[in-house]
Amino acid sequence: MATIDSKIPEGPLAEKWSNYKAHQKLVNPANKRKLDIIVVGSGLAGASAAATLGDLGFKVKCFCIQDSPRRAHSIAAQGGINAAKNYQNDGDSVYRLFYDTIKGGDYRSREANVYRLAEVSNNIIDQCVAQGVPFAREYGGTLANRSFGGAQVSRTFYARGQTGQQLLLGAYSALSYQVKQGNVELFTRCEMLDLVMIKDADGKERARGIIYRDLVTGEIKRCSAHAVVIGTGGYGNTYFLSTNAMASNGSAAMQCYRKGAWFANPAFAQIHPTCIPVHGDKQSKLTLMSESLRNDGRIWVPKKLEDAKKLQAGTLNPNDIPDEDRDFYLERRYPAFGNLVPRDVASRAAKERCDKGYGVNNTGLAVFLDFKYAIQRLGKQAVADKYGNLFDMYEEITDVNPYENPMMIFPAIHYTMGGIWVDYELQTSIPGLFAIGECNFSDHGANRLGASALMQGLADGYFVLPYTIQNYLSDQIQVPRFSTDLPEFEAAEKAVKEKIAKIMSINGKRSVDSIHKELGHIMWEYVGMGRTEQSLKTALEKLDKVEKTFWSDLRVPGDAQTLNVELEKALRLLDFIEIGKLMAYDGLNREESCGGHFREEHQTPEGEALRHDDQFSYVACWNYQGEGKAPELLKEPLNYEYIKVQTRNYKN
Amino acid sequence: MEKNISFKLKIWRQRGPKEKGEFKLYEMKDIPTDTSFLEMLDILNEQLINKGEEPVVFDHDCREGICGMCSLYINGHPHGPATGATTCQLYMRRFKDGETITVEPWRSAGFPVIRDLMVDRRAYDKIMQAGGYVSINTGGVPDANAIPISKEKADLAMDAASCIGCGACVAACKNGSAMLFVSAKVSQLALLPQGKVEAARRAKAMLAKMDELGFGNCTNTRACEAECPKCISISNIARLNREFIAAKLSD
Repeated sequence: MATIDSKIPEGPLAEKWSNYKAHQKLVNPANKRKLDIIVVGSGLAGASAAATLGDLGFKVKCFCIQDSPRRAHSIAAQGGINAAKNYQNDGDSVYRLFYDTIKGGDYRSREANVYRLAEVSNNIIDQCVAQGVPFAREYGGTLANRSFGGAQVSRTFYARGQTGQQLLLGAYSALSYQVKQGNVELFTRCEMLDLVMIKDADGKERARGIIYRDLVTGEIKRCSAHAVVIGTGGYGNTYFLSTNAMASNGSAAMQCYRKGAWFANPAFAQIHPTCIPVHGDKQSKLTLMSESLRNDGRIWVPKKLEDAKKLQAGTLNPNDIPDEDRDFYLERRYPAFGNLVPRDVASRAAKERCDKGYGVNNTGLAVFLDFKYAIQRLGKQAVADKYGNLFDMYEEITDVNPYENPMMIFPAIHYTMGGIWVDYELQTSIPGLFAIGECNFSDHGANRLGASALMQGLADGYFVLPYTIQNYLSDQIQVPRFSTDLPEFEAAEKAVKEKIAKIMSINGKRSVDSIHKELGHIMWEYVGMGRTEQSLKTALEKLDKVEKTFWSDLRVPGDAQTLNVELEKALRLLDFIEIGKLMAYDGLNREESCGGHFREEHQTPEGEALRHDDQFSYVACWNYQGEGKAPELLKEPLNYEYIKVQTRNYKN
Repeated sequence: MEKNISFKLKIWRQRGPKEKGEFKLYEMKDIPTDTSFLEMLDILNEQLINKGEEPVVFDHDCREGICGMCSLYINGHPHGPATGATTCQLYMRRFKDGETITVEPWRSAGFPVIRDLMVDRRAYDKIMQAGGYVSINTGGVPDANAIPISKEKADLAMDAASCIGCGACVAACKNGSAMLFVSAKVSQLALLPQGKVEAARRAKAMLAKMDELGFGNCTNTRACEAECPKCISISNIARLNREFIAAKLSD
């Protein structure tokens, strides 16, 4: 069994990152020009990494599947970004942000990584302001903050309900500057289809390039480099319906997994509590309503079952239910954090109420998020100033005015904490392959806190990878640029072309979407908010059937040697099916409940998640064993030296 | 609340940038009005695929109005009849039973058609690369609260920064001008002290690139502002003109 070295630096927690930077190897400016780096993905992590590596002097090639790097799905993040600035003088500190993140992740993340994240969080805000990101300001001219789930301080910086957009446009502007400088080359509408590894003279295999498809011409092309970085986001679309963008996918991660990069904690998926409920079977995606709404909105369902029945039948107006008949169940169960408990806790609490029959819409799968009280307290204008664009979005979609009626919300798949395993340097188990942002597993444990995804993506891209990748590249300066005519590229391209030909020759009767929906139903039903040994085993059987359906009954019209959207989707679907299996394997193995992973067999009498630290305080790394074979499990033990591991408590 | 409508779709189909395109007619039956416009196109494509035909190609991604990927010229309006919304935020309750809905790509010299309703908007990236940034590297920047910025200025900058780069302003403009897009970025950065330093150079470089790429100029017809899904104001164009003239005068 492979040994796992996570390369945590020596020294006290607060000095590890400084020690690392002081002693790591660097590459001098003249040599940087001789080194090529491929960055796949142009979201917050990918764009910030590509821009920073470019400004350091490396030659960067940045790939994205959209028509412009600015469209990556980071753009849709609404609420904000955390940082330990303590501008509000409310008791925040690097240590407190670190502590909240570890606790929020249900003690399943690495102390050293999370501490570093909290440490560099402040640099991110400085950097973004310098780029011209128009964060919200107070009348005095200083930056404004708001609160998010899982914290008792106000540390979230925001730009209206469009923080992700503004941060991504900041990173995109930095990237554009580096394109202008000639340090970064953009490959838009290009999709990575495989990782290429080349053996050194000493027999060590390293990541040296990618095979990609030009989505406009359909051509399969090759690109070589000294190192490959993937920043391709999460795999939430395995569930078909999620808050992810339509093209968000886990394929780059799966290609790396099949080449030997371990996949860590795949079962850890985040279900976001405040999404607009599902309305019909033609629905293509779920829309998130920002967590920031929980600052002022109160979540409730009726206390009386008969009121819930009437709401479901559409015969009762929620405004006619008096306050004493409303069950503000988060405030009731978690007095200390109330409506601002972390996402996993809020989602499960909504499911618990709906399972008991208290759901408030025609499907019984919705709860209320009510602004009546905030409007009474602050006035309609103040609420509109804070949340106006979110309210407009809600009304456009649902045709219901949230100033006058409570919003209806329900949990939906939003983010995946699991991902490609990386060490402290963000290097995967394949030398020369790095993973950043949501596509790695590193900082959020079993549950991510709100406003921490933007923080992690930008931390990795601006302030961590640009250091750590040099420690790897410093002994690569003698290595000349690679020709893409090498046999390894030849073989990888041939395999990709064969796979595409095989898909094009199925000639069945089912569209990609129809099979993807089937996959999504299975995942939500059996690998969703509540999982059992039986449900996960059922999922594995059903996923095998979906895979068979794919290979026997899929229909991809058109031609592979030109633009073909159905082919793009088919290739991604195949990887989603495999990710679904990995999630089920991981869920079966982890016989405990923690964060977003809730095994119904393991709960406290009050229905809270019950961890088994004596058995499962480790990162589950899955090592690919070949097609059709179960993956091998490797364990990276988690050692807590600075934090006392305890049961998460948001009650008092 | 929910009901179903039937209608005809008249959709532009074009194989490639150099090939001749044409309208094709499709009958849509019993579509629930709480379906989004793009979900309705998904239904059409599902039907086409099931008949073994090639689906209609269109750009889309986030489906919540922020990525700027979706386009579509619907019944003569970029992003369709709703104001302040992108195509992906458009719902079928806006349409009537029995009507014919015409769907075209953005039509502009700056945005050549790739296929059907998908166009090439890389020109926007090139304009941004000409100067749509503050020329700084990562690190070595002052504390975020070191420079106070008034709430009014920050809010105005944010209004301009809301641009999603979809290209509706170009599609709406009879001159095919990208002035609203350029002015949004120039304004955002000129309003903030961080961007003020190179404001003159930025305005000149971005406008020069816009001209070079074949976009027209502004004649104040305000179609861009009326059709912008993010309601970007043409006062930004006034600010751009001011920045540009000041830059030229000091040359």
